[in-house]
Amino acid sequence: MALLEVQNLKKYFRTPRGPLHAVDDVTFKLEKGKTVGVVGESGCGKTTLGRTIIHLLDRTEGKIFFNEKDVSDPTKKELKELREDMQIIFQDPYSSLNPRKTVSETIAEPMKVQGKMTKTDIRAEVRSLMETVGLAERFENSYPHELDGGRRQRIGVARALALRPSFIVCDEPVSALDVSIQAQIINLMLDLQEERGIAYMFVTHDLSVVKYISDDIIVMYLGNMVEMAPSEELFENPLHPYTKALLSAIPEPDIHNQTERIIMRGELTSPINPKPGCRFMARCEYASEECEGSQILEEHTAGHFVMCCKYKQITN
Amino acid sequence: MSSATSTAENKQAVKKQSQLKEIWRRLKKNKIAVIAMFVIIFLVLIAIFAPLIAPYSYETQDVMRPLEGPSRDHILGTDRLGRDVFSRLLYGAGQSLQMGFTAVLGAALLGIIIGSIAGYYGGWLDNLLMRILDIYQGIPMFLLTVTLAAVLGPSLQNAILAIGIALVPGNARFMRACILTVREMEYIEAAKSINCSVRRIIVSHIIPNAIPPMIVSVTMGLGFAVLSGAMLSYIGLGAQPPTAEWGAMISDGRNYLRSEPQLALYPGLCIMVSVLAFNLFGDGLRDALDPRLKT
Amino acid sequence: MAEKILEIKDLVVEYHTDAAIVHAVSGVNLSVIKGETLGLVGETGAGKTTIARSILRILPTPPAKFRSGEIIFGGEELTTKTEVEMRKIRGNRIAMIFQDPMTALNPIETVGWQIAEAISLHNEVRRDEAEKRAMDMLEMVGIPMERFMEYPHQFSGGMKQRVVIAMALACNPELLLADEPTTALDVTIQAQVLKMMQDLKDRLNMSVILITHDLGVVATSCQSVAVIYAGEIVEYGTVEHIFDHPAHPYTNGLFGSLPRLKTTERRLKPIKGLMPDPTKMPEGCRYAERCPDATEECSAKPPDVAEVTPGHQVKCIKAGR
Repeated sequence: MALLEVQNLKKYFRTPRGPLHAVDDVTFKLEKGKTVGVVGESGCGKTTLGRTIIHLLDRTEGKIFFNEKDVSDPTKKELKELREDMQIIFQDPYSSLNPRKTVSETIAEPMKVQGKMTKTDIRAEVRSLMETVGLAERFENSYPHELDGGRRQRIGVARALALRPSFIVCDEPVSALDVSIQAQIINLMLDLQEERGIAYMFVTHDLSVVKYISDDIIVMYLGNMVEMAPSEELFENPLHPYTKALLSAIPEPDIHNQTERIIMRGELTSPINPKPGCRFMARCEYASEECEGSQILEEHTAGHFVMCCKYKQITN
Repeated sequence: MSSATSTAENKQAVKKQSQLKEIWRRLKKNKIAVIAMFVIIFLVLIAIFAPLIAPYSYETQDVMRPLEGPSRDHILGTDRLGRDVFSRLLYGAGQSLQMGFTAVLGAALLGIIIGSIAGYYGGWLDNLLMRILDIYQGIPMFLLTVTLAAVLGPSLQNAILAIGIALVPGNARFMRACILTVREMEYIEAAKSINCSVRRIIVSHIIPNAIPPMIVSVTMGLGFAVLSGAMLSYIGLGAQPPTAEWGAMISDGRNYLRSEPQLALYPGLCIMVSVLAFNLFGDGLRDALDPRLKT
Repeated sequence: MAEKILEIKDLVVEYHTDAAIVHAVSGVNLSVIKGETLGLVGETGAGKTTIARSILRILPTPPAKFRSGEIIFGGEELTTKTEVEMRKIRGNRIAMIFQDPMTALNPIETVGWQIAEAISLHNEVRRDEAEKRAMDMLEMVGIPMERFMEYPHQFSGGMKQRVVIAMALACNPELLLADEPTTALDVTIQAQVLKMMQDLKDRLNMSVILITHDLGVVATSCQSVAVIYAGEIVEYGTVEHIFDHPAHPYTNGLFGSLPRLKTTERRLKPIKGLMPDPTKMPEGCRYAERCPDATEECSAKPPDVAEVTPGHQVKCIKAGR
C-alpha cells in the first residue's frame, strides 16, 4: 500500500512570456518508510515538485493521494491535518530559520500552532527532539546566527520531526554543508528513517548522495520525468541519454575509475511554452525527427520507466 | 562526543539572554552611538525639566538690558527683547523634540500600517496604495509643507502635521520593502508548512523581522524632523512668538548677525548637536539590531 | 626535477579584528610544477582562498595581515614587490577566476568589450587588435563569435563562467588561480567547463592552482594535491599518493564522508565535531579534537611534517610509524 501516490501532476507558473512548465506530468508512488530521490539540474522543476506535493504551491492539474485518500483539493481542515503528516526540510539552513527565534522557540512552534499539547509537554518534547537530532541542551536559547550550518540544519530537521510526520520532503538538505558535516546529517536522516519509518522525498542535484539514500530515483529534465527506476538499476542500466550524460558527468573521487565522460553540448533551455516533443532533443546526440513527436513514459522492466522514443535503439 | 570537543563547545554555551540585552551589548561596543544616546537622553531631560532648571521663563523680558553679552545674570546674554538666551534654549529643546517625536511617530505608525498592508497583501491594493504615494511624492516636500502650514495657519501643531504627512510616504515605502524581503524568506514558507495562520505569520514572523530596520529609519527621521521644524519656524510657519523654539530663535537673531552672532549661533549649535545625535544613534542602532552582524 | 613556477614558503596570514586574531593560514609550504594542476582541497574556512589571494596580494589589509613567508613566482619574490610592480603581474602573468561568475562581470559592458579591455590593459595593442584577440578567446572557450556584443545577463551561468575564463586567459598567464570555478554550476556544465579548462591548460602550457572542496573534481583534473585543514597543509603529494595511500586521518575522514557511487554500505563515516575556532587554535595538532586516533601526545605539541614516501608529506606524528 502506497503512502503517497502522485498522478500526472502538473504545475505551471504564469510568466509574461507564457506558461512556465515547471512540473509537467509527473507520476510516481512512494511506500511507507522508503525514499524516493528526485535529481536534475537547476531549473528542472524538482523543487517545485516537492513544494506542490506538500501543498505549499497549488497544483495546476493531476492528483495527489496520501494514505489512499485523494488530497488533491484539501479543505482547510484536511490541509491542517495533512501538514502535520507531511513536512519539509529546506536547503538553506540560514534563510529557513527565523533569525529572531531561539532554537527551542523554532522547534516548539509546530506544536504550539497545533495546540494539542500543554506547555510542559512541549518543553519536554523540544528537549527530546533536540537530543534526537544531536543538539546539545545548552543551545536551547541560542539564536540561529550563533550556530554553524550543520547545527542549524539539525534545527530544521527537529522542526520537521516535531509533529511526527510520516512523509518529509527534503529539499537539498545537505548541499549547503561541508562534506564532513554533510555526512553527519545524512546519517542522522537515515537513523530517523529506521527508527520512525518516515518516507522521504529527497530532492537534490548531487547524484552520489541520492544513490546513497534512495530506494527509487526520478530523473527530471525541464519539468518532465525522463526516467524513474530503483536506485541500483538506474545507476547500472541508465536508459535515457540525459541520465547517461548526467551519470557520466559526476566527478568520482577515484583516480583509477575515471569513466569516459559524455560531454553534453549546450545548456538547459527554458520550460516556458515548450514545444511538444522531447525537451532534451536540442542537447541529445541521438536526436532525430521522431523525437519531435510527443513522448510517453514507457515501462522498460518492472519499475523502470523511461521517456525516450529511441531508448531501445540507443541501448542496443 | 569526546571531552575535547565538548570543551571546545562549552565556550559557546549560551545563557538565557533576552534579545534586548543582546542588542544593548552590541550597542555598547559602538562608543559614538552610546555618546549620541546620552546626548539624546540629556536633551529629553532638559526638555522635561526646563521650567525647573531655567533661571528665567522663556518670555520674561528684561527690558532694560536687551542684546547684552554674557553676564552673571544671563550666562549666555539676552536677546533683542532682553529675554535670557540660556533659558530660551532650554525651553526650545522641548519644542524641537516635541515637534520631532510627534511628527515622526505619527508618520511611522501610519507608514507602517500602509506599508504592511501593501507589502503583505500585494496585488491591486498594493498597486493602488503605491500609485497614490507616487503622485504624492511628485509634489516637492518642502512646498507641500509650506502650503500645508500656510493653509492651516502657522502654528506648532500644524508644523508637526505638515512634517508628519511629508514623512509618511517614505516610511510606507520602506516598510513595504522590508515586508517584501522578509516575505520571500524560506522561514516564512517553513511557517506555512507547519500550519501557522496568516495572522501568526505576520505577527510572529514578518513583523519582528521587518520592524528593526524600521526603528532605525525612524530614528534617522527624527533628525530630519527636528531640522524641518526649525526650518518652518525660521520662516515663521512653525512655533509662534513668544514661544522659544530653536528655529524661531535663529530667525530672531538673524537681524543681529553682524553685531550679536551668538544669538543665531547658540540655537544653531543646538539644532546641529541634536540632529547629529539622532543620526549617529540611528547608525549604531542599525548595527546593533542586526543579529547577523556578529561581533 | 621539473621546473617550479611557484613556490610558497612558510606563509602565515592572519586577520586582525577588534575582538580577536583569526589564524587563517599558518605556515603553508607548497609549490606548483610548470604545466601541472595543483589542487587545494579543504572545507569552508580552511584558508584555501586566503592562500590564493595572498599570491596575488589582493587581500584587504587590514584586516588581513601578512606575517611571514616567501612567495616565489618564476624566480621572483612577490611579497616584496611594490603595488605598481604587482599590477603588471596580476591579470597578466597570474590570473584568477572566482566562484561566482555573476559578480565577476560588469553588467553594463558587453562581454567582448570586457575581454578586449583585459587584453589592452596589459598589452600595447591597438583597440581593433585587442578586439580581434578577444573574439579568438571567446571561440576558444566555446562561445560563438556572434555573441561578442552581448551583455552578461544574456548568458547562462555556465556561459558566464566561460567568459570569465576567457578574460582570465586573455593575456596568456603562466599561472591560473581558479577558486571553486565550477561550484556554482550544474554537474553537466561542470563537466564541460572542467574539460575545457584542462584542454586550454595543455594548449597554453599553463600551470593551475585549483581550489575546491570536491575530491571528485580533484581526481578528474589535478596532478598534485594539498589537503588543507584549519590553515595548515595536513597532507601534500601527487594524486596517486593522496587517493591511493591517504595517510592523514583528516584525508581519510574526508574520503569516509563522501557518498560513493560504487559502494553498498548503508552508512557514511562522518568526521565527528567541527573545525576549531580559528581565533583559538589548539596548541597541538589542530585535528586532534576530531581525530579518532588522537592521543595525549597529539594535543601536546604541533606535529612535524613527515615525508612518508618521496614527495608525499603528512603533518601527523603517526605518519610513517
